[in-house]
Amino acid sequence: MSLISTLARLEAVDSGRAQPLATVRHRHLTDGPLVLVPLTTAGEAGAPLGALVGTDRAAPRLLAVAQPRDRDLRFAFLAELAEAVLPHIESYADVVEPAERSEVDPGTGKKVKVEVELCADAAQLIVPSRAGIDFVRLLGRSMRFRRTAEDDPDTPYPAPARVPLLGRWMTHYGERARVPGSSLLLAATDLLNRHWATGQSSLEDQHLGALLAWVDPPDGEPGAAAALRAELERDRDGQLVCPPAGPATDPAFDNRLLAPAIERYDRARAALAAAEDALDADTRLGELSGAEREIRSLLAGVLLPTWDAVWRGIDLLRELPEGTRAEDRWTRDRWSFTAHRDRVRAGEPPQPRRDDAVTAAQKLAARETAQAQLDAQEALDDPLVLAGRRLAGEAFIGEVTEVEMAYSESKRPSPRPLVTVRTDERPHLGERTKVYRSLDGRPQTAEFVGYATEDAGHAEPEGTVHLVLRITDRMGRSKEPAPGSVPEPGDRIAWTLFEHDQRGGPKLPDPEDTPWTHGGPPGAAGGGHAEQPDPVTAEDIL
Amino acid sequence: MLATALGSPAAFGQSQFAFVRGNAFEAKVKADGGTELLRLLVERLGGGAEAAAVAAVPDLTAAGPEGRAARTALALREATAAGSWTLLDHPMLALEVAGSPAYLEPDAVVVHPDGTWTVVEIKSFPMIDSSADAAKVGAAARQSAVYVLALERVAAMTEGAEVGHRVLLVCPKDFSNLPTASVVDVRKQRAVTSRQLTRLTRVEDIADALPEGTTFDPGCSAEELGTAVESVPAAYAPECLAACELAFHCRAKARAEGAVEALGRSVRGELGGLTTVAGVLAAAAGKEGDPADPTVAALRRAAALRAEALAGVDGGVPCH
Amino acid sequence: MTAVPDPGAAAARATDAILGDTLHGTARGIVVDSPPGAGKSTLVVRAALELAAAGRPLMVVAQTNAQVDDLVVRLAEKAPELPLGRLHSSDSDPYDKVLDGLDNVRKSAKAADLAGLDVVISTAAKWAHVKNVEPWGHAIVDEAYQMRSDALLAVAGLFERALFVGDPGQLDPFSIVGADQWAGLSYDPSASAVSTLLAHNPELPQHRLPVSWRLPASAAPLVSDAFYPYTPFRSGTDHGERRLSFGVPSDGSGPDRVLDEAAESGWGLLELPARHTPRTDPEAVRAVALVVRRLLDRGGAATSERGPEPVPVTAERVAVGTAHRDQAAAVRAALAELGVTGVAVDTANRLQGREFDVTVVLHPLSGRPDATAFHLETGRLCVLASRHRHACVVVCRAGVADLLDEHPSTEPVQLGVTVKFPDGWEANHAVLAHLSEHRVHWAP
Repeated sequence: MSLISTLARLEAVDSGRAQPLATVRHRHLTDGPLVLVPLTTAGEAGAPLGALVGTDRAAPRLLAVAQPRDRDLRFAFLAELAEAVLPHIESYADVVEPAERSEVDPGTGKKVKVEVELCADAAQLIVPSRAGIDFVRLLGRSMRFRRTAEDDPDTPYPAPARVPLLGRWMTHYGERARVPGSSLLLAATDLLNRHWATGQSSLEDQHLGALLAWVDPPDGEPGAAAALRAELERDRDGQLVCPPAGPATDPAFDNRLLAPAIERYDRARAALAAAEDALDADTRLGELSGAEREIRSLLAGVLLPTWDAVWRGIDLLRELPEGTRAEDRWTRDRWSFTAHRDRVRAGEPPQPRRDDAVTAAQKLAARETAQAQLDAQEALDDPLVLAGRRLAGEAFIGEVTEVEMAYSESKRPSPRPLVTVRTDERPHLGERTKVYRSLDGRPQTAEFVGYATEDAGHAEPEGTVHLVLRITDRMGRSKEPAPGSVPEPGDRIAWTLFEHDQRGGPKLPDPEDTPWTHGGPPGAAGGGHAEQPDPVTAEDIL
Repeated sequence: MLATALGSPAAFGQSQFAFVRGNAFEAKVKADGGTELLRLLVERLGGGAEAAAVAAVPDLTAAGPEGRAARTALALREATAAGSWTLLDHPMLALEVAGSPAYLEPDAVVVHPDGTWTVVEIKSFPMIDSSADAAKVGAAARQSAVYVLALERVAAMTEGAEVGHRVLLVCPKDFSNLPTASVVDVRKQRAVTSRQLTRLTRVEDIADALPEGTTFDPGCSAEELGTAVESVPAAYAPECLAACELAFHCRAKARAEGAVEALGRSVRGELGGLTTVAGVLAAAAGKEGDPADPTVAALRRAAALRAEALAGVDGGVPCH
Repeated sequence: MTAVPDPGAAAARATDAILGDTLHGTARGIVVDSPPGAGKSTLVVRAALELAAAGRPLMVVAQTNAQVDDLVVRLAEKAPELPLGRLHSSDSDPYDKVLDGLDNVRKSAKAADLAGLDVVISTAAKWAHVKNVEPWGHAIVDEAYQMRSDALLAVAGLFERALFVGDPGQLDPFSIVGADQWAGLSYDPSASAVSTLLAHNPELPQHRLPVSWRLPASAAPLVSDAFYPYTPFRSGTDHGERRLSFGVPSDGSGPDRVLDEAAESGWGLLELPARHTPRTDPEAVRAVALVVRRLLDRGGAATSERGPEPVPVTAERVAVGTAHRDQAAAVRAALAELGVTGVAVDTANRLQGREFDVTVVLHPLSGRPDATAFHLETGRLCVLASRHRHACVVVCRAGVADLLDEHPSTEPVQLGVTVKFPDGWEANHAVLAHLSEHRVHWAP
């Protein structure tokens, strides 16, 4: 943890409430995010138990699985989830704007501009916590290889129609969430933790209730006390007042409330199956729906506090103005969303279980670029983030004291003005270290020349140094620099030692040209078939 | 774990759904004389296809942990001498720790015809597309390493026996309850545990270092452990919260003392000798501390930069 | 017949086998593990010259520009007539100016300009941008364990066969973002190039240089046991062949006593009183600087197998190693205050591949309240403990063994990932236990 955020945490301890880590919002929020609060069954991988989902905080849709081990009920849940999520996604898929993308022309090998569609906005999904993001990924994995009756009439236990499609979208969202700075799929805890430092550890910050207790403590109650209540307070029945944000449930809830309710449900179902006549069946059906209603109400009871907490978190974040460059990152998310839409429409198969060598390398490179981009953009958008970089010697603010015109030594001399900057900061500058400033939103480069000898006449405060920088670009093509392109004495300017934009890495070979060092082209061994569905057995738990 | 040893229930309890599932899975893996388990073992570790059908499963019941450990050692020796596949279901192993014997109960140990002994751990977390939660696999590896060390004590006295450093981890495959397995090389964990055992002298550390299911010599009572707890200096870290319900007690104590560790171990990293929240804030505010101390100097700079940014003094600096 | 064969003969046998496979073998790849100071650079230069002499066009891939320039200089020294190409980036100052003075070296940012030269050398990053060229018959990939798998993916199409050379014990490549989702995959892009190569081609011949010519007999066993437990190596020199002496006797101070201990035994631990400190612990930093100052003041002289006469240990034969950049900066400032110049002061990352007579190391865990994965990384300690030909002095606060005990290793384990190195926790304990036999307490 950087010293400046450690300090913020200590201030939070001292003041009893969370302290800002940002002055602007570094993640884009759409006008209508879809919130999903899922629950899972303990001990079963990817066996959903229930969920609240929706775009209207006042009207969440409750989905529940009365017996999580029952394949049909689970499929019914997933089908309902698909009906809650896919229309939201699809509502963004058809609103497009024209855009240009550069592609390599297969004929000439040259880069050419191609007119393409870009979705004007993208569907945003918000879950309570990181575990929720993992669960989205897990659900995506469990659904995308399923076969429907339409895919294959002979498939055993066919999945409902839209379930595999939901699996593909959830997989896409889960993968995109791994790209630093992306906002297609967000966790409320991550959002809050990015913008506020609490007086507890980052581990405790994963508890949405405790986190909110620090960020927005109720009625002046100290954050620590409010957080402790969120963590531990139980009602007379031994149930947590602030249930875990999921997808895991509290064991006390499972053992004392849910297990008996599921048992009643199972009994009612068995009784219904054994019903001897229509009248008997009617009564027993009533009992069955009663048992089901009870489970739904139990689940709603533990889901609603988290649902409200997620929306409260969103409210708090909306109070911060969005950082200028967050829009740029959201545009990348829109490209990602559009690209997946296009893959689905083109009838491409679901994402493979594991990436091939080239795809893995491409993703890693893209994420490293995105991370560097995010770090730079946040610092440029937010003086508080920049302060951290200044403390680390990776940026500095200084006042221009002198500008001396100079030129490059070439046949056509270009302007290379020397700018003296006064600062009391200690950036890690070495000979010819490059520094950058933002000029009309784009970077201008300079290089460190050396420390100026101080003017004898001036009495400088201790610790002040004079740095000489040589500006090397963005001054136009003529001999005289373009107006406004050279700093002037008196300007206070933030310089960074990190680049503002990131260059992409080299082009990797196409997957079918994967070299021998990496196992050769994928599928060469396996015959190049598309992924098979998971085998299903009669006793499959999921 | 220490809390369990003290007789208190585990921190967050266990859901009966998970409990039932875990037991059902282990039973399924070991069903039919361990046929499926041995098939997986041979598939992953080699050793011949004829293995599965003909494994012996000796009865290991005996009175008390000491008796069971002796019975296990005997079964291991017999199986090794016989040179045939043998599955030991829930054997009992003894390991001397700081002078007192601790008893350990692995899920299973398989004796190969060549005299190799392989530890088998059966866990209920899934292996999805051949990968699993790394933290859970790490915990399983450390646990298995203790079994390996305990087995090595027996093997040292058994002609022709060798303890494999590759253990078999068995988990449910993908989203099913079908077992799948992966080999985990525990040489690192074994080396670390071995060194820990030679260095650890305090009983409370030992309790922490040993896997769940360990039972101590009955001579070591809950009261004795309890006394040990009180004598331990508070070494609270937030990681404790996931493992021990005493952690909330320790956290309260750490917070009351203003200990910076309550905010996470990494927080201490840059604070040098400053250990309390008040001390750090006073140093940052310039009220205390030697400005020549690099920690104090860095804190003051951090505080000044933070205040400046929040006050918007430099908010107007053209970054856009 | 002797139990311990002559190290020179053992090393020569290994080298011959490697060159034999390289020139006459049929395998597409050959992997050579080289422990610290085992003659990796010499091997690379020799292999390059022999391939060139056999008329086989060769590309060489190194990881940093400094490594590339260093190789070019070494090759040019050995073969001043051999046409060499230095492919460089289009940034300003893309290569060392020394290269301008070498007549046989052509430099260009475009691979096409260098076509037809016997040997073309560049960084992996630059090679990755070379497209649409006829593949080279041979490649040498240097520091292959520090190269990431994805970097190899980007360049492997440029050559038919390759010799991969590197030190498996040094710092692993890393990624600034999480790459766990690919852990266990044979081609995990964040893993080292060698692990991917061998996962896909397990039949490739693997060689090992068995002798460290750098590390003295006092250091090789410790470094070998602690960091290469499954691939041991030995020192090329015997006890007594390397001697370090001082013209000026000890003044009885801590720094002098630890220098005497290190001169005598090859290792010295200057242990300061236990205290939690900031990273740039002023006392420890000053102690490091004082040890260096005294080493130079006392007229340190080194005698080795290279010649009968003692050679003065001058500033450029001494290095200071730290874990963090700010620590290196603080030591530089402290040395400047004591009037010492010319001593290399750097982090483990930047000292990789370099060699000195005496090193002074600020222990990565000195004064720390916690032991993080970064500080426990095996490669970091290995680099710091294996740069010296004569002696290594470690400066450290007392209490590190207890700190290690409080932070037992709880590393996550990814299924399918091959275990290569000892645990950082375990290796730290092993080194510490050895150092404690050469301990000098000192309260400055």
